Amino acid sequence: MAKIVIDGVEYEVNPDNNLLQESLSHGLDLPYFCWHPCMGSVGACRQCAVKQYRDADDENGTLVMACMTPAAEGSIISIDDEQARSMREKVIESLMISHPHDCPVCEEGGECHLQDMTLMSGHNYRRYDKKKITHRNQYLGPFINHEMNRCITCYRCVRFYEYAGGKDLTVQASHHHTYFGRHEDGVLESEFSGNLVEVCPTGVFTDKAFSAQYARKWDLQTAPSLCTGCSIGCNITPGERYGSLRRVVNRYNSEINGYFICDRGRFGFDYVNSDERIKTPFARIDSKIKDLSDEETMTALEGYNNSEVIGIGSPRATNESNYALRSFVGEENFYAGIADNDNEAAHLILELSKDKAFHTPSIKEIEQADAVIVLGEDLTNVAARIALALRQSVRNKAKELAKDFNIPTWQDAAVKELAQHDRSPLILLSGYSTRLDDIASDSLIDSSEILTQIGAAIADQIASKNVSAPIDEEKVSQIAEQLSQAENPLVIAGTSSGDINLIQAAANIARALCERKGKPINLCLTVPEANSMGLTMMVKKENTLGVALKKLENGKAKKVVVLENDLFRRAVHADVEAALEKCEGALVIDHIATATTEKASLVLPSTAFSEHEGSYVNYEGRAQLSFQVHKNLDSALPAWRWLSADQFKSVEEITKRCSKELQGFAKLSGLLPELDHLVAGIKIPRQSHRYSGRTAMKANLNVHEPKQPVDDESVMSFSMEGVPLTKDSTILGASWSPAWNSNQSISKFQEEINGELKQGRTGELILERNSDGKYLEINNKKLDVRSGLKVVIAYQIFGSEELSAKSKSIRGRMTGAYVAVSPSDAEDLSLKQGDEVNLNEDEGRVIVCIRTKIKKGTAAVYCGDNEIDRHALGGIVTLNKCENKVSSHGIQGLIVSDLYEEAY
Amino acid sequence: MFKLIADTLLSQVRTLWLVFIKLFQKKDTVEYPDRKPYMFPRWRGRIILSRDPDGEERCVACNLCAVACPVDCIALQKGEMDDGRWYPEFFRINFSRCIMCGFCEEACPTNAIQLTPDFEMAEYVRQDMVWEKEDLLINGTGKYHDYNFYRVAGKKIEGKDKGEALNEAPPIDVKSLMP
Amino acid sequence: MNLEIGSPLSIGLVLGVVIITAALLITVERRLLGFWQERLGPNRVGWFGSLQVVADMIKIFTKEDWIPPFADRFSFVVAPGIIMSVVLLSFAVIPFAPNIGVIDSNIGVLFVLAMASLGAYSVMLGGLSSDNKYALLGSLRAAAQMISYEVFMGISLLGVVALTGSFNLREIVEAQNDGWYIIPQFIGFVIFLIAGVAESHRLPFDIPEAEQEICSGYHTEYSGMKFGMFFVAEYIGLVLISSLITVLFFGGWLGPNFLPPIIWFSIKAFGFIAFFILLRAAVPRPRYDQLMSYGWLFLLPVSLINLLVTGAIILSSQ
Repeated sequence: MAKIVIDGVEYEVNPDNNLLQESLSHGLDLPYFCWHPCMGSVGACRQCAVKQYRDADDENGTLVMACMTPAAEGSIISIDDEQARSMREKVIESLMISHPHDCPVCEEGGECHLQDMTLMSGHNYRRYDKKKITHRNQYLGPFINHEMNRCITCYRCVRFYEYAGGKDLTVQASHHHTYFGRHEDGVLESEFSGNLVEVCPTGVFTDKAFSAQYARKWDLQTAPSLCTGCSIGCNITPGERYGSLRRVVNRYNSEINGYFICDRGRFGFDYVNSDERIKTPFARIDSKIKDLSDEETMTALEGYNNSEVIGIGSPRATNESNYALRSFVGEENFYAGIADNDNEAAHLILELSKDKAFHTPSIKEIEQADAVIVLGEDLTNVAARIALALRQSVRNKAKELAKDFNIPTWQDAAVKELAQHDRSPLILLSGYSTRLDDIASDSLIDSSEILTQIGAAIADQIASKNVSAPIDEEKVSQIAEQLSQAENPLVIAGTSSGDINLIQAAANIARALCERKGKPINLCLTVPEANSMGLTMMVKKENTLGVALKKLENGKAKKVVVLENDLFRRAVHADVEAALEKCEGALVIDHIATATTEKASLVLPSTAFSEHEGSYVNYEGRAQLSFQVHKNLDSALPAWRWLSADQFKSVEEITKRCSKELQGFAKLSGLLPELDHLVAGIKIPRQSHRYSGRTAMKANLNVHEPKQPVDDESVMSFSMEGVPLTKDSTILGASWSPAWNSNQSISKFQEEINGELKQGRTGELILERNSDGKYLEINNKKLDVRSGLKVVIAYQIFGSEELSAKSKSIRGRMTGAYVAVSPSDAEDLSLKQGDEVNLNEDEGRVIVCIRTKIKKGTAAVYCGDNEIDRHALGGIVTLNKCENKVSSHGIQGLIVSDLYEEAY
Repeated sequence: MFKLIADTLLSQVRTLWLVFIKLFQKKDTVEYPDRKPYMFPRWRGRIILSRDPDGEERCVACNLCAVACPVDCIALQKGEMDDGRWYPEFFRINFSRCIMCGFCEEACPTNAIQLTPDFEMAEYVRQDMVWEKEDLLINGTGKYHDYNFYRVAGKKIEGKDKGEALNEAPPIDVKSLMP
Repeated sequence: MNLEIGSPLSIGLVLGVVIITAALLITVERRLLGFWQERLGPNRVGWFGSLQVVADMIKIFTKEDWIPPFADRFSFVVAPGIIMSVVLLSFAVIPFAPNIGVIDSNIGVLFVLAMASLGAYSVMLGGLSSDNKYALLGSLRAAAQMISYEVFMGISLLGVVALTGSFNLREIVEAQNDGWYIIPQFIGFVIFLIAGVAESHRLPFDIPEAEQEICSGYHTEYSGMKFGMFFVAEYIGLVLISSLITVLFFGGWLGPNFLPPIIWFSIKAFGFIAFFILLRAAVPRPRYDQLMSYGWLFLLPVSLINLLVTGAIILSSQ
């Protein structure tokens, strides 16, 4: 800690940071553009000028850029100084010279950092009367709008794009011609391109999906919520207006997503507004649909309340809903709604999560790892936020180098210049070339059996046992060396490979490291969906989906209650069909029409993620609470209400019961906001104090305004009345602070820049590590001897997840199902890029995609949006070329680095 | 004491007299429905949406009027034409709530929303006080005859390419090295 | 049928004329107030607004007559009836003309004073039964004000009574044949005028129903015709006070012979009605404490001195 004086007031600061960061940490208002809390300083915009004095006697001082000056002990600076003020005003005047007169038709208006900073620095009149520079815009895909005229050349966009590993957004031309864009029109390739909207201080990059149903920031009804796109549990703020969900923006959580979320999370919410939503309860009698009245629904539901009914839980439903179903059918009859191999893997992961030898790192901790090995996971496509964190972890080498040269790590440009291409080791073991290959120190591509053997060999090498590797032993020892040398090594595996052996291998590597280092090793194991962990903790290990389907098929169970789950994505289609056909009644509670609701005899509508409050458990066992954003306007209820409405009055009650009765969930009730924190017991408004149109939005229906909907359950109200907890961030939806209308206002809510939110919670880690594990036996399955190609399941960030795949903008980025083969296999089978083939005679038609890096003898199959019955594929696949083409979409838009070009 | 009483009493009597002689003076009342008063052009009466000199809707659905409105009686939704023009998909004013304060007009960056000297807005049915865009939009420029927002703004629309707005240089050729 | 005191025709005439006058006063007051405030007043209904009262009546009769659920029903309903009947009863003793009147009572002055005291009950009951804080405040103020000003009102009359030697209002009128009592009893007149305004709680002394402070005071909760009765009773009270002044100080029906006595009476009475309206137009309302201290600290001694001096002069002249 150092002491510095700002405008005559003494502050305690961290000397490792710069003056701008420390000023903002202490709540002072100092304008800036190019600096970003996550990306350090480059000193490009000259906006944060302050006066620095040599000592107490110095009266003249020198103008310095706060972001480029360390907060060294004894510094005396002035933000208020007349000269510094005038400099900032003139700098912004010159930045604004060519800024167009666009604010009314700009999506950024009202949450624009440029607007805020202009006001803050005092510039208000345009003196420059020469011609404004103009630019042509580019088409950047279905997510992002480009309006280059508005650019003030702060370089934040390209710096973020580099941060996220994108290659196709660059700065072009020079002097006042500077242009930020692609080399030609086209889709922005990065999976994090949506963050440009939040990173850009003005309206150059705006949210295209939001623009189509635009509302100003102050008009959105918001609440703190969670992304349900994958198992990371990123914090988001969805915004609702006129009854439909309009957009999702990032919500800061220091431990998880920080400032950035992936595009699946940002653009995948649109299914909430879908026409396919189930609106009323209905029964299917002799394949005719009959809408049910309230009474009929209750009677029908009564028919499921006996001991011959089994329940199938859901990894995408809240803990509360799963618990309600578990109580409804009884623990014995409660089955996991996940594919059997995922279930086995998830239980193994749960077991490993309780092992003292390991530590499950949060995203923030992943960013600090200095050697990483990934086994079999295509992180960019299954848990994208981890991929972004890995991109930061490889920069730790650069930071280390910078330390040697006495360069502060926030000196972004200098640190990059110093490191050049030196990166921390990142070893990828995968079935096909992933999007992280460009930063990997080693990328080993093979079938999962071989990858498991490599993994086992690395573990043996670290544990100094005998090594038998299918690859070069030197490579294995090199990797083992890198991992054991590292201060903070990280092992990543997960369920998406579909091979439990890889998880076992990962655990063995981590255990070997643990034994060598004598401290818990970061072992990050991803699970498929938002609440896979929560569900797994609730279900008995032997209660698998396969058992449930068998029971239904042979009549041991008469009826089934399916909770928010499409069983056709979880098991072989034929098995599901047979089970649903045989059973006497299938009650499906879901919010959107799926293949399962098509077969159900009774369907009850439930609410989507933004329409209910509930808790989810993410991959690291972190339970988080997601608040309700808006009311469902139809007769949908949260699933737990259908199953146990008579027992629980509010979601808080069921959460408390859940935490009391379920093993391992004891800390869950700690998530609930404490009512006595509210100011005078007044609820927290979901609408901003500027919310407009209250007396006109429903006036077309009836001039007598209806009462605002009342929220009996939560600490928030559907109203603009109430006391926003301005400095208490436990329940912070959209951040706003006087003079800070943009998302940069988050700095006002942080303990310090990049720190935790003031009084905020980052969730509760509910798993306790108390078991001592041992090395796992890897039972490598017998190699399949049938002829054909070994199957590797491939994923796409846009399309592999069920719900986001129903979003309109996400659909613009989805490709059809494909099978990726190596050029030599393609030659053998005389296949060309874009040909259509049949998988195993009759298991669906897919497009052929030839990728150079894929191993000969393996085939990466991407099943599309459940177009291919993934569970029926087996380990070996044969490809039979089809003569005629019937598939409507090809693989246009597929973004992979190793596409085989020659065939085109 | 007596002076005080006399003064106060006389003052009251004088007051009574001064008020009494008003009986014979000209009255200020304008007999309104028979005789229409002169309405000043900037009178704050019924709200309209105007069109720009080219006959296009001026409103760009920026939502500033709605947020400025102290009684929150304006609701609208932004829509976008194929050429990039913003317009309100619906624009609703609940006149039964409107207090004719004129904040919306002051907030409007495009001179679209204007208050007119028309104040005779009584209705027998309260629902008729809710006006939609079709009711509000007039076929003229209102008080401001020349202003056309899109001629000044940098956004490209049909008939106005990049660099053709007021005080704009032609678009930059990124590939050129010339200064 | 003869027009004589106590005849049914006479009674009917008095009752009809008083009520119609009071009703017409609503229009007259509004128009006069308008003129004095440089406006026109209501001039739309009928000829120069003459039918305004009809429109008002239609309105007030067709309005919902609502009794608040929290009010004390019985006293709430009774209150407006009391005030209406006591002011009408007061007219029984008023001598309009030698042959017009209801009764010829020897205690006319006392009867009027007694009725005025009963009026206070109406206002109190109305306010208390409403169970409303403004009504309560209004009725408290009304009770205090009416009881206080009755004192000075009575004392100021005693000069006239002493001069006449009778409580009979007809005798008081006839005793003025030689000269109106306004001259010997000027101070008594002024006190009676002021007390009369306060007694009928007209502006400027409408403190019990001050709209700006206590939202119409004791009749806040009243609506429809019950409110109408309070409203009309106020105007009847106005007519009553004007008639009393005419009788006591301005010689009642007395006047030159070219006009019949009843016309003289009407002219004088209407003059005072107009004066009361002028007061309303011109003089602002005092504060409550000012009103009370003005009464007890100023009017009381002055009226006593007036009585003392009158008595002394009568004694000395005997």
